[in-house]
Amino acid sequence: MTLKNFAVTFALGSVVLLTAGARVSTAQSHVNSPDPLLGAPSVATETSNVAGVTGHAEEGKHLYRRFCIGCHGPDGNGQGMNAQWIDPQPRDFTEATFKCRSTPTGTLPTDEDLYNAITRGFVTTNMPSWRPLSPQQRADLVAFVKTWSPRWAHEKPGTPLNIPPETAITIESILHGRGLYQKLECWKCHGPTGNADGPSAATLTDSKGIPIKPFNFSTGDRFMCGDTNRDLYRIFMTGLDGSPMPSFADVIQPNDAWDLVHFLRTLQVALPNQELTLWQSYKAAHGKELKPIGPDTAGGAQ
Amino acid sequence: MSKKFPEGANPMNTKWSRWKTILTCAFLSLAIVLCDARAASALPAGKVMAIPAFARKYGLPCSACHTAWPELNNFGQVFRDNGYQLMNDRDSPIWQNPSYFPISFRITPNWHRETTTNQAFDTGNGTLTQAGFDLSGMDLWSAGTLYKNISFVLLPSSDPTAVWHFEAAFIRFDNLKGSPWLNLRFGRFEMDNLISEKRFLFLSDNGGLYQIYHFNVPGSINNFGYGDNQIGVELAGHSANSYTRYSVAVLSSNEGGVNFTTDVVPGAPPAGRSYDVNLAFSQAFNAPGPPGESGFGQERIGAFAYIGQRPTNYLTEGGTQLVGINNKPFYRIGFAGDLSYKNFELLPLFMYGHDNPYYGIPGLASTTPLPLGAQAPTFYGGFLEAHYYFNPQNVALARFEQINVGQQAFSNSTTGSSSNGNITAVTFGYRWYPIMFSRAGVALDGEFSRVRTIGQEPLGGISSGNVADPTAATWSNSIFFGIDFDF
Repeated sequence: MTLKNFAVTFALGSVVLLTAGARVSTAQSHVNSPDPLLGAPSVATETSNVAGVTGHAEEGKHLYRRFCIGCHGPDGNGQGMNAQWIDPQPRDFTEATFKCRSTPTGTLPTDEDLYNAITRGFVTTNMPSWRPLSPQQRADLVAFVKTWSPRWAHEKPGTPLNIPPETAITIESILHGRGLYQKLECWKCHGPTGNADGPSAATLTDSKGIPIKPFNFSTGDRFMCGDTNRDLYRIFMTGLDGSPMPSFADVIQPNDAWDLVHFLRTLQVALPNQELTLWQSYKAAHGKELKPIGPDTAGGAQ
Repeated sequence: MSKKFPEGANPMNTKWSRWKTILTCAFLSLAIVLCDARAASALPAGKVMAIPAFARKYGLPCSACHTAWPELNNFGQVFRDNGYQLMNDRDSPIWQNPSYFPISFRITPNWHRETTTNQAFDTGNGTLTQAGFDLSGMDLWSAGTLYKNISFVLLPSSDPTAVWHFEAAFIRFDNLKGSPWLNLRFGRFEMDNLISEKRFLFLSDNGGLYQIYHFNVPGSINNFGYGDNQIGVELAGHSANSYTRYSVAVLSSNEGGVNFTTDVVPGAPPAGRSYDVNLAFSQAFNAPGPPGESGFGQERIGAFAYIGQRPTNYLTEGGTQLVGINNKPFYRIGFAGDLSYKNFELLPLFMYGHDNPYYGIPGLASTTPLPLGAQAPTFYGGFLEAHYYFNPQNVALARFEQINVGQQAFSNSTTGSSSNGNITAVTFGYRWYPIMFSRAGVALDGEFSRVRTIGQEPLGGISSGNVADPTAATWSNSIFFGIDFDF
């Protein structure tokens, strides 16, 4: 009798619980049916390819619901429940405009760009690193993110930027980079000393008209799109689409770009680095010879 | 489990009573399904998240850190391992809204029915049955960062009658020397158990504990419970994604007790002056799926060892115990896993426990020779737990546990049975999270648990304190429906 009772109870309980699960799942699917999260036609077919891993949007949909929906929203437009509390605002995937790319400004990023962004997170925002997710899960999310905009169906990602080998870190390189920082008017936003306090800093807005702050080099924070010199090179050669940071790919030559990278590193006074050490020793000896960066020395800083 | 047990004289112990319980269970489930499912479906389920305490701070859905709260997924594990930090520049308290206060509370109003057979009563022997509406204990959980890379947890917890104690209280120094491999924790905390009993999904009297985390061989004076929070200092580390994790903890030999006693409540026996050590290591990896399909998921395996001491005697004055002395060692070793196949999760654990022979003879100091027949009490066993996630808001649960006594305290055990103390347990449950809003979470929890104990009272469930027949099996059942809410 004991075993019989146990078996009957188990069977009844299991049936009831699983029925409840199936019913609730079904009910929730129905309530969400207008939701593009479940209804986007490309969800069934969209894929991504990152380092030999094929991501599937169908899998990514479930991951998006679990991890991303709070900020990026059920419609992928960056208007999740928490968006109102977040600064900078979450990315609007329906525009298919991404800051961190290896591709030219105005083009779609590669799958690897999106994968790297998910993996790295954005240190100066609420977007954490999703490295704890498996490579497969991150690839699945990339595939799903691509379902939010029709651009992905009609356009190919741009051709990734070719980054030449880094030039030697010398004081000449840094000084030349400093001149470019003056000439290209980087200081107008980032400030003469990289403190994000240039005269234009307070007026900047992103492509949606939302106020945005320039990067503050002096904190030593990781850059938005990476932390290496190559990442920094890539940032100003591709620009940060959707933000006031333009692409300088058509303005400066690769060697000049490396010089600018070397100078920008000297602005990271809270982050010990080779360029900073070299620059500080130079300034100790020649500091009085340097013209300050800013409007009074336009075109002449050296 | 096929052993028959004597039918009791308790008037509640009738066939109709059992069927009534089954029907009640069924109707309550159906009521939940038919009524609440529709009501909850009206909620914007696709647009809701749960954000108590930490999630409030970071704006993440509760499902980001939990497979189903309170169980952590790997992202939550990394967050916890990093000292409750996401490792962006928003971790420091200066980024918090001044109105933010990192407190969550959790309690579960519930209805449950408990029955236990083979019980001794003043009026005779039989089955003890009790049922009714009830409350769980309450957790008042506060945690956060005091500064970048300095975090804390303070968890006052009460039983259902509001008797409070500090379930956990510690400060943690994270990323020492800038390395995730060096983190120091100081205070009272849960050991680094791969399968956490503090964050698991079961709530019923019989199912709401891992039997082996609290098992000791009958007659042993050892009060150690592997699942209980301990007090001491821990050095722990992890890789960037927490796939590789280790923990070395030095703990007072007092079962997490405070005020030099062996418990967190007044009146507990005094502790000794010795220290225990817990070692834990685990490694995760990603299992690739079939060609053309997404992977199976993350798999984690790990091992642990606890080496402890307990006093066999006490220094006394006027008969009052002052401090434990004449320590003797014991240990627990085992391995565990957290295995996934898409929405299916399997949690296996095996443990072997070995006590000192003196533990089986209460009051016998280790300075005295052992009597003939005394031997080291040992046990082995474990559990296999399965979860199926229909989606982040629905999870079905099942668990099977088996513990066998390997060696009784005496070779001629007074019970005459080498199986005295053996436990077999099964638990089934279902948790549904109809509300996962940005400031709170609600889960409906239904469980059935059945435990068979040979010659002993069950570790959970209800009991009279004495088994009627020490050679027979005692069956203890729990049926539980609760509304688990967290704000």
